Amino acid sequence: MSQPAPKTPWWNDRANRAILYQVAVVGLVVLAGWYLISNTLANLAARNIATGFGFLVREAGFAIGESPIAFDPADSYAKAILVGLLNTIVVAVLGVILSTLIGTIVGVARLSGNWLVSRLATVYVETMRNIPVLLQLLFWYALITEGLPEPGDAFKPIEGVFLSNRGLKFPTPDWSGLEWLVLAALALGVILAFLLSRWARLRQAATGQTFPSIRIGLALTLALPLLCWLLIGAPTAFDRPQLDGFDFSGGHSVSPEFVALLTGLTLYTASFIAEIVRSGILAVAPGQTEAALALGLKRGQVLRLVVMPQALRVIIPPLTSQYLNLTKNSSLAVAIGYPDLVSVSNTTINQTGQAIEGVAILMAVYLIVSLAISAFMNWYDKKTALVGR
Amino acid sequence: MKRLSLWAILAAVTSVGLAAPAFAGTTFDAVKARGSLNCGVHTGLAGFGAPDDKGEWAGLDVDVCRAVASAMFGDAKKVKYVPLTTQQRFTALQSGEIDMLSRNTTVTSQRDTELGMNFGPFNFYDGQGFLISKKLAKVKSAKDLKGATICVLPGTTTELNLTDYFRANKMNFKPVVIEKQDELAAAFFAGRCDAITSDSSQLASIRSAQAPKPEDYILLPELISKEPFAPAVRHGDDQWFDLVKWSVYAMMEAEEKGVTSANIDSLKGGSDPTIKRLLGETPGLGKALGVNEDWAYQIVKQVGNYGESFDRNVGANSKLKLPRGLNALWNQGGLMYAPPVR
Repeated sequence: MSQPAPKTPWWNDRANRAILYQVAVVGLVVLAGWYLISNTLANLAARNIATGFGFLVREAGFAIGESPIAFDPADSYAKAILVGLLNTIVVAVLGVILSTLIGTIVGVARLSGNWLVSRLATVYVETMRNIPVLLQLLFWYALITEGLPEPGDAFKPIEGVFLSNRGLKFPTPDWSGLEWLVLAALALGVILAFLLSRWARLRQAATGQTFPSIRIGLALTLALPLLCWLLIGAPTAFDRPQLDGFDFSGGHSVSPEFVALLTGLTLYTASFIAEIVRSGILAVAPGQTEAALALGLKRGQVLRLVVMPQALRVIIPPLTSQYLNLTKNSSLAVAIGYPDLVSVSNTTINQTGQAIEGVAILMAVYLIVSLAISAFMNWYDKKTALVGR
Repeated sequence: MKRLSLWAILAAVTSVGLAAPAFAGTTFDAVKARGSLNCGVHTGLAGFGAPDDKGEWAGLDVDVCRAVASAMFGDAKKVKYVPLTTQQRFTALQSGEIDMLSRNTTVTSQRDTELGMNFGPFNFYDGQGFLISKKLAKVKSAKDLKGATICVLPGTTTELNLTDYFRANKMNFKPVVIEKQDELAAAFFAGRCDAITSDSSQLASIRSAQAPKPEDYILLPELISKEPFAPAVRHGDDQWFDLVKWSVYAMMEAEEKGVTSANIDSLKGGSDPTIKRLLGETPGLGKALGVNEDWAYQIVKQVGNYGESFDRNVGANSKLKLPRGLNALWNQGGLMYAPPVR
């Protein structure tokens, strides 16, 4: 005989419980947040410490050593922080590109059949990734400032290029304001070459006909700016650095702090990327290579067309972490005086005394930058993922 | 190092959020209950705050910490020194990580108000100068520094004065800012900068302690700012502020009255009423401050009077050999003036 099942009380119902727990957790988090914020505000008020973000529009009053955009001490704190952010982004973008290039080369080299090459790559990886990056930065900075001569006796590797403990100075084209035309032509060439290779790939997939897209693309990228340069009258004037008082003036200058930071971050991160690339390649079953070779593909084609596309799927997720690490590690710049986001924010905090606001801005900006990198890499990961047909 | 200071700030932010109820008005009681003083000092500036060759903290600013501990506990050793960079110092004080800050800190109106601090008596009057290598023979004055690269500590009044000075004189310069003083000085001595700017006492200290050859470097004649240093406490505990204030004044008063650590015991039982008050033989002052009646005696006995502290740390008996100048007593041509200790 079946008895009617005893009615479960609502608090014992699984679905209800799940909701109850979630409400409790959210409630606790909100409560803790409210407690922290209200307590902080009350304490700041009790001690007469200024609060709010009003300081952002006040005059900064300090100078910044290097900046991609013009910055004057009369500008606001907000602009100073923006300059810091731009400096961080410049070093992060260049660092990501360079460490990917070096990391890939070293990673492939570690798998090389050549004993010397693979051992050298191993030594590089094991040295770089086992020394704290801060020490590496201090090392490169000391090497540059102590090892290079003063501006008066600067090295001149090429005419017009000077290397001293004030940094690297090199001439920039001075073509009566038309330099941008040549740059635009270069950009156009790159875009055309990219479109061409895409078209060639699609055509090959459809008809099997090959097209020398690399050679023609390269020719396009070189020929367009050259043509443009000839059109504006083939100018040869350069803005050359010249020793003027304490330092060089004119041309473009790269500071020792920037070089030390970029070198340190790149070499450190490249050692991790090398291991990621190596693991990615090893993750592709050797049968794939053998099959590709049996089909008559050349060694380079095997790597480019068969191994790499599959390895990328393994490589990209950990690679994203390395890019994020590099960006965040750039905050170590303060130790060697590169005016990055943290350096400028710290100065701002110290001049205004508004630590909570300053740190909040710092955290928000790093979070946004990191999430942007993550989002881009996730998009790229999806693009390279196995597509079901 | 960056990591450290960011952590300090984060720790400070959290502690402002969490530990706050323990503060209002109770620094004095908290220090008393703890049995030792948390004193914020320089990470290492010879003459003002640095560990000596025995590993014990010494310096003009360190002596202020020791004086307050002597007054409170009758023991100058009951101090826990917290070395702080320029960028950590205010947050450390605001958050309660330290009870007082004695770290060659310039008094400004903004720090006194917006940063929530109270400054005690000035214990050193300084001005900002420039240190350059003698190799720059053409530079005779700060006005010749047009276009120079200049090493400066970030987040200091020095950094702002430097910018103001160059703006006022319509000159440009390139700053190199490194947070740790010894690394900044190392960059300067390696030739990364043409000049290093800071308070002139600090430059004298850097030159004597870090220059490969101190005689190769000279201070330019100009002082471009007023830099009066004073110990600081947080807003909110006036009793604590009073004790810090009068501990410093007692040192100056002792010098003015000729009371030293060497002769103080022989002055016991004398008839000068001022000295009797200083020695605690006339009761009342200690009770008013909330400490033992012999508070000033302990300060002078264990730390010395202001003149002794000056000579030992930065003056004639030290490596820096700074002249008394503005830091002499008021009746000897200087600015050091203590209100009556009575």
